[in-house]
Amino acid sequence: MTDTPFTIAEAETTLFARLRRWWSGETANPVKRVQFDRPLTPWMFLLPQLAVVAIFFYWPSVQAVTSSFYLEDPFGFGATFVALDNYTDALTSRGYLSTAAFTAFFCVVVTALSLGLGLLLAVKADKVIRGAETYKTLLISVYAIAPPVAGLIGMMFFDMHMGPFTQMAAWFGYDLKVGIDYWDTASALIVISVWKQIPYNFIFFLSGLQSVPVSVREAALIDAKSGWRRFCDITLPLLAPTAFFLLVINITYTMFDTFPIIDVIVKDKPANNPMTLVYKVYLDGFKGNDIGGSSAQSVILMVVVALLTVLQFRFLERRVHYG
Amino acid sequence: MFKTASTAITLALTASTAYAATDISWWHGMGGRNGEVINEIAQQFNAAQDQCNLTPVSRGTYEEALSSGIAAFRSGEQPNILQVFDAGAATIIAAKGATVPAEDLITSAGESFDRDAFIAGVRNFYADADGKFIGMPFNSSAPILYYNIEAFEKAGVEPPKTWEEFEEIAPALRDAGYIPMTASQLTWMMVENFKSRNNQQFATNNNGYDGFDGTEILVSDDNQKMMFEKLKAWADEDLYGFYGAGWADNLKPFEEGQAAMWIGSSGSFGGLQQSAEFDFDAVYMPYWDAIEGAGTQSFIGGAALFAMAGKPEEENACTAQFFTFLTSPETQFFYHRSTGYVPITEAAYELAKSEGYYDDQPVAEVGIQQLMLEGGEWSKGYRMGFYPQIRSVMEREFNRIFSDEVSVDEAFSIIEEEGNALLARFAKTAN
Repeated sequence: MTDTPFTIAEAETTLFARLRRWWSGETANPVKRVQFDRPLTPWMFLLPQLAVVAIFFYWPSVQAVTSSFYLEDPFGFGATFVALDNYTDALTSRGYLSTAAFTAFFCVVVTALSLGLGLLLAVKADKVIRGAETYKTLLISVYAIAPPVAGLIGMMFFDMHMGPFTQMAAWFGYDLKVGIDYWDTASALIVISVWKQIPYNFIFFLSGLQSVPVSVREAALIDAKSGWRRFCDITLPLLAPTAFFLLVINITYTMFDTFPIIDVIVKDKPANNPMTLVYKVYLDGFKGNDIGGSSAQSVILMVVVALLTVLQFRFLERRVHYG
Repeated sequence: MFKTASTAITLALTASTAYAATDISWWHGMGGRNGEVINEIAQQFNAAQDQCNLTPVSRGTYEEALSSGIAAFRSGEQPNILQVFDAGAATIIAAKGATVPAEDLITSAGESFDRDAFIAGVRNFYADADGKFIGMPFNSSAPILYYNIEAFEKAGVEPPKTWEEFEEIAPALRDAGYIPMTASQLTWMMVENFKSRNNQQFATNNNGYDGFDGTEILVSDDNQKMMFEKLKAWADEDLYGFYGAGWADNLKPFEEGQAAMWIGSSGSFGGLQQSAEFDFDAVYMPYWDAIEGAGTQSFIGGAALFAMAGKPEEENACTAQFFTFLTSPETQFFYHRSTGYVPITEAAYELAKSEGYYDDQPVAEVGIQQLMLEGGEWSKGYRMGFYPQIRSVMEREFNRIFSDEVSVDEAFSIIEEEGNALLARFAKTAN
């Protein structure tokens, strides 16, 4: 891998490439270094960014880790050190475990569907010649919708009294009860989340496809007649860096950014409806005022995400070929 | 040009007079029309005197108001007054140093305070075990049964007083083409106020008033389970429509004229007047005739105002002055009329009666009359920590009951088990 010339295909994917190099201990290609005449100057430039990271990430993280070991009254009058009690309470509670299971399921389904559909649409849009811009704009425009708004629009379709989807289900004799039936709500949640994420994947896949050189495509045309073979052998490997980047982004999206959609769907009252771990942290911490318990949950979440990221870079990214 | 200049001067002058007054802040969790009414009350208070200047700030929903109040207290930025809803009462009352008891605040500011001036139903809910007012009751409501007059005429039946009567009339309403009944927020209606209306104990330790240590929730008794066995059976026979945990989802069929009855808040009256295009009336929330001693008053719903601790004396004096202003019959009557929440003092209720308000709006009187019914041993209130989370557990299990995932028996033993775990956890934090 080190002997391949390092070309910049996409800004974001190179970041991952560098991270991977750093992880595997390889040294970066010698690039021209900017020289500062005083050793302090580079730190001065770094300072604003470091301050932001420290204030908005490290400081709250340290706070969360500390308070996860304490049982504290909401107003902060007294905290009792309870060691790992908050963790064992969370990990043995029925509610927490079923939420964790749903989050994993939700993550896999939403990521798979939104990546798959995004890729399919991109491949098809790439072939369109007449009116290509219109198609692209239509497909991309959904991305401009803020998640809470997407949730609201989605819920209008799934409303149990007057939603068109509920009525359509009724034609087939199915009583769709979003908000009451666990799996009905889960389906609505998945549909809305996927719909919201497809345009993002579409944009990246499309630009990825368009950067496949014409010469390569033409050469492939001579070798293989079947479009599917060409897609599998040529296009897909060349898209791998984009796909890997999108995989990371999509997992983060389902775990964290679907929060507003869930909030709109469960309308303040989660009842028996499915939710993600992040939403549970919010519910227990901000609505239940259980600071210790909710901190423990968020620390568990941090660890899970860290593990997931390491796994992705360690095992998956090795297979990605940066052109 | 001249006009602009003079306006600027006037503004500057008003600003400087306002500066001389003591500023106090009030965080609340009300939106829409109810939020506007709060601003009007603050304006009335500011206009009535010139030492204090009250600024109300909306902090979102009830839960959001409580958590932002807590966060503000922890960083020393708390408002003078915080509105806390019924289910959050235990959280703030347990934190003894966080608030100044309303009664102490008022008496130490040299004003008089008379517990007996308040209607019976609101006296205990936000008070300690000795009856001392910790919170100042503010927007208070009761769950009542609204009904569509035309539906009842069509079916040829009378609105029910008891659940036994409901069972008799409901089939006629169903046969007339209606969903006989829907109800919003089953936790409030069918658990908390099932306890109050039927005079049933809700928690050990005197419904939780005697302390948090060892308090356990009591919901797996035969009567409580019977209520839900019945609700489930009614739902299966199309006598009752269950539409999840959302308030509005359960209200909608009634607003659209499909449901004949809806159990909701007396505070929903103002909104219903605008949204329902049919004539409706209301009666008390039903109770079980079969349960001995049933038919008592309901718990008070809504929220109370708490004076936060750690404020300078002159600000506390202003807060006390505002609390006194708020309980004056005129302010109470204004609030009652504008929102549908019940008047909390006897004097305000008398004023509303003497003004002939209930001759025009008989529905507005149902809530307050239900709160003035005879009290029972267990209808004063309840005090349980982490109660908002216990409510969430109930909501989850109720959904499961109505989608046939769990039996009523099993659901209530889960609620009791998880509820008691939360209560034990809260007792540890309260030490």
